[in-house]
Amino acid sequence: MNDVFGDPQTALVLGGTSDIAQAIVRALVDRRLRRIVLACRRPEAAEGFAAELRGKGAQVDLVAFDADATDTHAAVVDDAVGRLGDVDVVLLAFAVLGIQATFDADPAAAVAAVHTNMTASVSAGLVVAQHLRRQGHGTLVVLSSVAGERVRKTNFVYGATKAGVDGFAQGLNDALAGSGAHVLVVRPGFVHSKMTAGMKAAPFATTPEAVATAVVRGLRRGAPTVWAPPVLRWVFTVMRHLPRAVWRKVPG
Amino acid sequence: MSTETALLTGWGRTAPTAAHVVPVAAEVDAVVAAQAAGARGALARGLGRSYGDAAQNAGGSVLDLRPLDAPVELDPTTGVVRAPAGASLDAVMRAIVPRGWFVPVTPGTRQVTLGGALAADIHGKNHHVDGSFGAHVTEGRLVTGDGSIRTIGPDRDADAYWATVGGMGLTGALTEVSFRVRSIETSRMLVDTARLDDLDALMAAMEAGDERHRYSVAWIDLLATGRHLGRSVLTAGDHAPRAAVAGTEAEARAFEPSSRLGAPTWVPSGLLNKLTIRAFNELWFRKAPRDRHDEVQSIGAFFHPLDGLRDWNRLYGATGFLQHQTVVPFGEEDTLRRLVEKLADAGTPSFLAVLKRFGAASPAPLSFPMPGWTLALDIPAGVGGLPELLDEIDRMVVDVGGRVYLAKDSRVDPRHLTRMYPRLAEWQASRDRLDPADRWQSDLGRRLGLCGPRKERT
Repeated sequence: MNDVFGDPQTALVLGGTSDIAQAIVRALVDRRLRRIVLACRRPEAAEGFAAELRGKGAQVDLVAFDADATDTHAAVVDDAVGRLGDVDVVLLAFAVLGIQATFDADPAAAVAAVHTNMTASVSAGLVVAQHLRRQGHGTLVVLSSVAGERVRKTNFVYGATKAGVDGFAQGLNDALAGSGAHVLVVRPGFVHSKMTAGMKAAPFATTPEAVATAVVRGLRRGAPTVWAPPVLRWVFTVMRHLPRAVWRKVPG
Repeated sequence: MSTETALLTGWGRTAPTAAHVVPVAAEVDAVVAAQAAGARGALARGLGRSYGDAAQNAGGSVLDLRPLDAPVELDPTTGVVRAPAGASLDAVMRAIVPRGWFVPVTPGTRQVTLGGALAADIHGKNHHVDGSFGAHVTEGRLVTGDGSIRTIGPDRDADAYWATVGGMGLTGALTEVSFRVRSIETSRMLVDTARLDDLDALMAAMEAGDERHRYSVAWIDLLATGRHLGRSVLTAGDHAPRAAVAGTEAEARAFEPSSRLGAPTWVPSGLLNKLTIRAFNELWFRKAPRDRHDEVQSIGAFFHPLDGLRDWNRLYGATGFLQHQTVVPFGEEDTLRRLVEKLADAGTPSFLAVLKRFGAASPAPLSFPMPGWTLALDIPAGVGGLPELLDEIDRMVVDVGGRVYLAKDSRVDPRHLTRMYPRLAEWQASRDRLDPADRWQSDLGRRLGLCGPRKERT
């Protein structure tokens, strides 16, 4: 059960090798989190992280999870429920960033990215929501991105998938009102991580740890949305209203 | 029998979860609901005055015991009251005080049910003399997991009885409670009030004065630091004899408390903050008489001052609040002092901080009171650093053999539970016998590993 401060005792991570998801789990294990299922495409890639968590007294199960295989989502969530009992928090943390130039040259690659980021998120989100509804409580944390807040030309396929996921997660949260379950939408800016290794950092770049801090605070408040760093909420309030001709020319 | 899904919280208005609420208007409704409960079980709920998640059952059934209606029956020859478990102490007092009787134990509110009073094994200002509620009950009717009805009491099915006392509703649903009441001459109290300038003076006064009065409690200004650390107002009282109260017999026993005032339905979350609470505490301390004796007060004014303001829990706004109550054994006064210091230094904004000395413990394995000092505080849930501060306080308390009160809990680390309640395994064995199918469950029970398929105390 989540306690009065929104600190969960159990967690299912869909995309257990995500740097941001791992930072969130680390922060929660420092509080009440004790049982974790890390669902990953390559479970062996999360073994080091699992060992670290076990060293802190947590019980960790690694399970294979291919987000693209949407027909397996229900079975993966059911299996995690069997291992965890109550699922207090679910982190929806799988996505691919891709390179816009590659998508431009190979539309099929773009379709694959859209499938992973958008279609699979919708599938997993709905499967999880069914379970949280039955359970009468729990939070689905969805890793969105400011890239979806206003889509830009440099990564518009990725941005479009995040815009879709963000809208889906907001709608799902509203649909869950009264069920005891919630959705927390996380909108990080540029995060230094494996996903962005080698890329030029954008303004207001942040770290997985800072995102985790924002998420823990969001869980505590029962917030529907958190931004990381928080100032991006105001930055994007402006960005959203820039004329298209200006937006097109914003560097980055 | 209709059910509806509703979001439920405790009195602190935090951590809502959804459950199917089943109104129980007759004992048979509880039997049917117990048998019909699914994997997430069922739980009895009364007036929802537990601060945290004790009366919530996410995804399961919650039995609303309030509609179970039957008159409060008083047998004046034996001094025993029999009433439905959903009856409130308020209803009981309205029925018996004008006839010259009083409940054996009352907490700071009359708005608790008899079932809840027994399940939490509540205590009051007279614990050092009279013990907790479970010590005064003669018999109860308990609907167990298989749908059967047991009559339990200290002399009947004692194992089931003591597992139910303080068992937080996880042994079954109580439908009826019989308990001994105290004979009184009037409905008034004779109250002594004293202002103490620091914690040492308070503790000395409480140690010296406790046996002189049936009821005593101290309010502490937790925002006072330095040489004012622990400044407080100590009140002690006894039932007033007939000679102290003028008027007719009926007037001397009149009991018609009202709560005309209600808190507004919406209050900004920050209204009760460090500044406003500091101002309140200053005023509260200064308005108390330095040393006053034998003031005549009503039962309501002495025991239940907050009942005068309906829904006062809304004053904390949408963020809600929590209550933290611990007990530190006698002989560990240094720990108590460090604990108060830590809370004061952290600037914990609490305007309802009370200190009381407990007497002997109950035979019930999960009963909270034990000989020692109990400190209870209300704190707005949104205060920064609070989770870590309270964890630190719990560690200090558990290290000296103390514990936290489950009826008020919403956040204790489950790993402390076996040390706080050393007889937990005994309780668990009794519960396994009473409820092998794990039918009675709650959010608190799941959080602390007291019920449910998985145990949290790993």
